[in-house]
Formats: sequence, structure tokens, C-alpha cells
Amino acid sequence: MKRVNIIGAGLAGLSAAITLAEQGFACNLISLQNSERAQSVLAEGGINAALDFIDGGKDLPAEHYKDTMSGGCDLADPEAVRGLTCDAPEIVRGLAVLGVPFHMKDGKLVLRSFGGQKNKRTAYAKSSTGKVIVHALVDLVRKYESEGLVRRYPHHEFVRLLLSQNKGKAACDGVRIIDRHTGKMYDCSGVVVLATGGMNGLFPGMTTGTTSNSGDVTATVFAQGVYLSNLEMIQYHPTTIGISGKRLLVTEAARGEGGRLCVKRNGRWWYFMEEIYPELKNLMPRDVVSREMYNVVRRPDCEDQVYLDMTDLSDEIWKTKLPDMRKELIDYLGIDPKREMIPVEPGIHYFMAGIDVDIYHRTNVDKLYAAGECTSQYHGANRLGGNSMLGAIRGGNMAAKHIMKDTDWAKYIYAERMKEQENGKDISGKESAGEKRIIPKIDWEENIIEVTENNNDNETYLNAASPAFIKEEGQILLEGLGIIRSEGVMQEAYDKLAKLEKKADCCRENSRVMLGKAMLLSALFRKESRGAHFREDYPERKNEYKKMTLARLSEGQVLIQLKE
Amino acid sequence: MEIRFNILRTNRTVKAQYMQSIIYTIEDENATVATALSLMNETAGLKDVDGNAVTPIVWECSCLQKKCGACAMVINDHPALACSVRLRELKKPEVTLKPLMKFPVVEDLMVDRTILFENLREMKIWLKNEARTEPVDYDMAYEGSRCLQCGCCLEVCPNFCPEGKFFGMASFVPTARLISEMKKEQREEIYKEYRKHIYEGCGKSLACRKVCPAGIDIEGLLVNSNAMAIWKRGKRKLTE
Repeated sequence: MKRVNIIGAGLAGLSAAITLAEQGFACNLISLQNSERAQSVLAEGGINAALDFIDGGKDLPAEHYKDTMSGGCDLADPEAVRGLTCDAPEIVRGLAVLGVPFHMKDGKLVLRSFGGQKNKRTAYAKSSTGKVIVHALVDLVRKYESEGLVRRYPHHEFVRLLLSQNKGKAACDGVRIIDRHTGKMYDCSGVVVLATGGMNGLFPGMTTGTTSNSGDVTATVFAQGVYLSNLEMIQYHPTTIGISGKRLLVTEAARGEGGRLCVKRNGRWWYFMEEIYPELKNLMPRDVVSREMYNVVRRPDCEDQVYLDMTDLSDEIWKTKLPDMRKELIDYLGIDPKREMIPVEPGIHYFMAGIDVDIYHRTNVDKLYAAGECTSQYHGANRLGGNSMLGAIRGGNMAAKHIMKDTDWAKYIYAERMKEQENGKDISGKESAGEKRIIPKIDWEENIIEVTENNNDNETYLNAASPAFIKEEGQILLEGLGIIRSEGVMQEAYDKLAKLEKKADCCRENSRVMLGKAMLLSALFRKESRGAHFREDYPERKNEYKKMTLARLSEGQVLIQLKE
Repeated sequence: MEIRFNILRTNRTVKAQYMQSIIYTIEDENATVATALSLMNETAGLKDVDGNAVTPIVWECSCLQKKCGACAMVINDHPALACSVRLRELKKPEVTLKPLMKFPVVEDLMVDRTILFENLREMKIWLKNEARTEPVDYDMAYEGSRCLQCGCCLEVCPNFCPEGKFFGMASFVPTARLISEMKKEQREEIYKEYRKHIYEGCGKSLACRKVCPAGIDIEGLLVNSNAMAIWKRGKRKLTE
């Protein structure tokens, strides 16, 4: 039996590894850093699922579906979103079974309100939900490591995909990686799942994400012929604060628990969201809130700083629901949000943009899958809070399932196992199942081979882009892809990028410019306003653009079209 | 601010260590050690105090907000996260940076923390069955899920050495989650691991408590775990 290669050990990668291992399939879990350093640990507010309320009320996946689709301005794949929202309750209950310390009362999950959703739907653990979920999944993966089903390769970096042509279609035969501790390179053969996170590194120091999500993997695979989509859709989170080296996120849970946005108008506090949107108030979808914030500070009667007012929140909320957030704000800003308002601004937070996948998380390249924030799945033109971890976990799960279903060496064994399970046999490996888990006795085919022959990857793929180059490109992209966009500004950014391209002198710099160009061209292509993409020259939403943009590279040219 | 950085550097290939001092000016008044390292690496033609060129300083980072533990190093003789130490809060405009000393150095400030993860495997830190729907103590399950695996606690621990059978608090904190969440009749094995790798080796100096960047209530977790695993009494509520 062969091993699946998973690149990235955050929630999407962990979820793929677990799904494979549960069925007795093996994988290499390859990541530059350990799961504890993945961006998933930064997720704060919670994870969405339609569950019963404590007070006996009921939420439905259909409602979750409706909110996710309309929050994403009808751009996401409806079938994928239906799957996401239907699977959500089982995913969240599954996490509770793994011991994720969600907030509970009388044996039931307590849910909080989040943006763009009328029902309380977000399960949480104070404001460190991502950290505690990652922790539980890492523990589970450790069990599979001990069984030999998961082999971890930490401190190993993605170099490039190993591609071939099969009947005129590109196929992925494996992946080349480098051990950043020893400098040795390896080729791993077999199916590849990319779970490499968002493209924060294209906007250095300007996002709420981690520095390790450099965007290099997405840029490299784009240059290698993988299609990307939805590239103009970048989420600005309404409540972020500039700290040294990055933007600090103030979780949406702050507003979910009663925080209010305000600005000084003619010398008096104006709670503008409550006046403009009397139904959802401060909990409108993030694109809407960010745009309103952008607008109010430009009004002649308003001052130029928006504040988040949490001074009315009860002691109980500070103690049980947001204690870690309060500590963080005191620590980084020297402001106690219980006593004073917090100055906030919109900042780049999430990429709805990324690798194009179908509902089974397959890319346009055979045997190459992708899951998590590196893809453009589930969130359309604007992601709802609480849906990112859900999308990552479900994405990893779907990719793994379809690898088992689709791949020649796996599908017969998988079909057998499914049959056994249908007949009521518990193969989950729980000791309570009564029988000890039997790992199929298979001589694992060695699928990792050190690259010893002379190759030029050292020069072509490994030279890092220079910090100055990255910064310059980031500045250009930020100017072009702001909260409010227009033809002129985007075209100007594109021209600057074309000039910068001439300065690129390594493969990674070239790929990054191509990716940046593709983002700007996608944004120029969409001559309407939808979700995170708002154009002052085309402020209306148009039906003819109710599809994602698709970007591909052909003979060095970026081509954009609407996805069929 | 003009700051003198003394950095203990290690050459990757020959493993030779040397101290390099760099005087660097930073405008950002909120700058941390992490910001300074990034900025220095971005500065073309940076020279040390002796006029030698400074090659890029190798260090690890990821979240820059004290949530991932990547950038742990020894800062003025104390283990800490580089993203948590603000330059303006230094007593004098000088800071000495060394790699964590209990792990093998890969290069400069980057160490190989593999042992942390091997120890967790050795102790079999995973749930064998479903967790209790309500943990013994919610705070214990929550605190036990928060360890960053940065290694700061091991640096100051008088009892931990990488070859020893005492695994230190980085292994203990995840153990506490299991103790809290396992059903009572299934806890014997984890109690055994706890006694062998934590309880018997811990000298209760609690030096770890002060340096933990996540501020985990290690003492509270220990008291509860001892009550359950050693004295076989019930737990004491963790919260104050």
C-alpha cells in the first residue's frame, strides 16, 4: 500500500491524516513547522454547526446553508456548501467526543452569535477555540503515529510538485521536499494533498495571519499549471489593530457577546452599525462592516477613528467567555477593554481566494487535492466567522475520502471497509469496540527517496524571495486590492507589478509576481461589486458575474475567465 | 531606539559558535525582539560592531502574538518568546540572544525540538476512547489544551535533561487534559505514565510557572493531577 503525502499540518492537514488513518490508510504529514505553530491555533471565536439550543430551540443545516451562501454573495459552490453545512453538526459533535473543551451546559454545547447569522450557531472554548481543537487533533494523530499510519515530517518544506503528462492531462506523481534542518532533499511519490494555508506572505506584516503561510506554495503550483480561482476575494476583518510586525485580530466574538462599533460624529458617539442595519446591527457579514467603517471615517461630520465599545459587557462574560482576549489587549495595547474603548481598523484576515477544487477537493491536476484556506472552496465572496475551521476540517476529510475512493491502490480496500462498517463492525480502533484494532500487515512501500542526483532545484526553487522584493510587491497589491477598488487604481498597481517583474531574479520571485498579477487581473475582470470585492466604478451586483473567476497560466501569460 | 544585540550564532556546517554584536536603530517604539530580528534580516549590507558583514540570522517564527511558541529563545538569560519581549522595556539598550540550550542547535537561534514530541509519543498521550462529555474539571481540560510546546519551561527546569526519564511540564500539561477527560476506569495507564515521567522527577521548584509564555496554571494542574493519580482523592477546583 502506498502513502498519501499531505503538505501542511494545520487543521486541514490533520483532518486529512485522521480520515485516512481511521480507515487504515497511511500518510506522510509534511510541514515546515509542527502543528502547534500552524495558523489554525490563532482561530479564536469558534466553529459553526446547526445544533439544538440549550433552551430547546432548534437550528437547521438548511439555515446554516442559507446564511453561508448569502454571506458569500452566492458565489460559492452550492453543492459544496450543502455538504459543509450538513456535515457540520457531526464534525462539531465529533470534536467534543475527542475532548475539545467546548463551553457546555447540562451536557449540551453552548453556542454564541456570530456575524451574518440570525441563529446562535458557533461552538467555542473562550476565545482560544482554534488552539484547543488543534490540540485534540494532534493528540489523535499521535495515536496513529504510534501505529505507523502517520509519519510526521516536521521542518520539511515543499519544493515543487512532481508532474507528468497522462493522455494530455497533467498528473501529480509526488512532491519534492527539503529538510530545513539538514538541507537534504527528498522525493515523495504518491497522491498529494495541499493544505498549506492562506497567502498572508503576499501582504507581509499586513495580515492577522502567521509568517509561515508565505504564499510560496500557491505561487509555485500556479506556475506549475495548477488552476486558481476567486483570487480577487480577500477578506478584511473589521476589527484589527496594528501591532509590531503584524495586525492583531479582535475576535468577532467580541461583537457576538455584545461589543458595539462607534465613531465620534459631531462630538457625540454614534453607533453607526445599529442605525444603518437595525436587524443584525454589529453582526453584519464582515465585508459589509468593513465597508461601513471605511465610509464613516471619511464622512466630514465624523472623526477618523472607529472604536469597539465593550465597556457594557458583564463581569460574567469577561470571566467565562473572553478572558484571553482581554488579557491580550491589555498586553499589546495597554488598554483594558472592560474600561475603555478599543481603536480598531479593518485588516486582511482571510483568503477566500486560492487553489481551485471541485466538490471532492480535486484540483485540475490528476492525483492532486487541496483543502483548507489554500483553496477557494466554501466561502464565495465573503467568509462567515466560524466557518473557516469548519471548512478546513471538512475539506481535509473530503479530500482524504475521495483519495480512498478514487485511487487505484486504495479503492478496493476502501470499498471492503465500507461494507464491513455497514455490517456494523467497528473498525475505529477504540478499545471499547471489544477487539483490538488490527492494522493490515502490509509491507509499506518506501515512498521517500533522497534526491542525490545533480539537480538544479537549489538554484531554481529554493532561493527565497528577498524581503525587500516581498515588501514592495505587498505594498503594490495592498494599494490595488483595498476595501474599495476601481479600474484606475488596480490598473496602476498592475503596471507597477509589471515593472517589479523585471527586478525578479529567482523562481520564487517570478512566481509571486505571476500570482500577484493573477489577483489584480481577476479583480479587474470582475466588473461588478460582490462581497469583499467592491468597486466604486461598478457598485452594483450583476447576475452575469454569479460565478467564480478562474486563473491559469499559459505560456507565461495569466489568463482569467469565469468558471463554468 | 539604538540597541546593541549580542547574538550567539552557530554555523550550520561546522557547528562553530561565536558571539556577534550588532548595533541597530529601530523607530517602532512597540518593537519586540522578533521585530528586530526581522528588520535586521531585511537590512541590506548590515555590519556588526567589528565591521564584518552580518549573514541572515536564522530563527523560527510564525504567529508573532505569543500563540504558537515558534520563536522561543534565551533572551538576557531568560527563556521567552521573541515576540513577547519589547525593546523599550529592557533595563538597558542591550540584549543578548541565545538559542534554547536544552535542545540541539540547528543554526543560530533555531533548535531541534523533536524530543518534545517524542516524549509525548513515549507517554502515549492520546485518548484511547471517547472523552467524558463533561470533563472532571472544565478548567483542567482547557488549561491542559493550551501548551505551546515552545520548551521555555524545560530551559529553567532544574530536573529536566533531554536524556532523562523526567519529561518536564511540556509533557505534563497535555497529560493533565487526558487525566481530566478520560473515564475513571480507563485512567490507570495514564496514571502510571504520569508517576514515571512527571511526578517522580519533578522537584516542585515551579520555576516553569514564571516563564510559561501561555501563563498556564501549572501548579493548579499539578495539584489536581497528584490528587487524582497519586493520592487517589477527588479533584480540587482549579479556579480561584
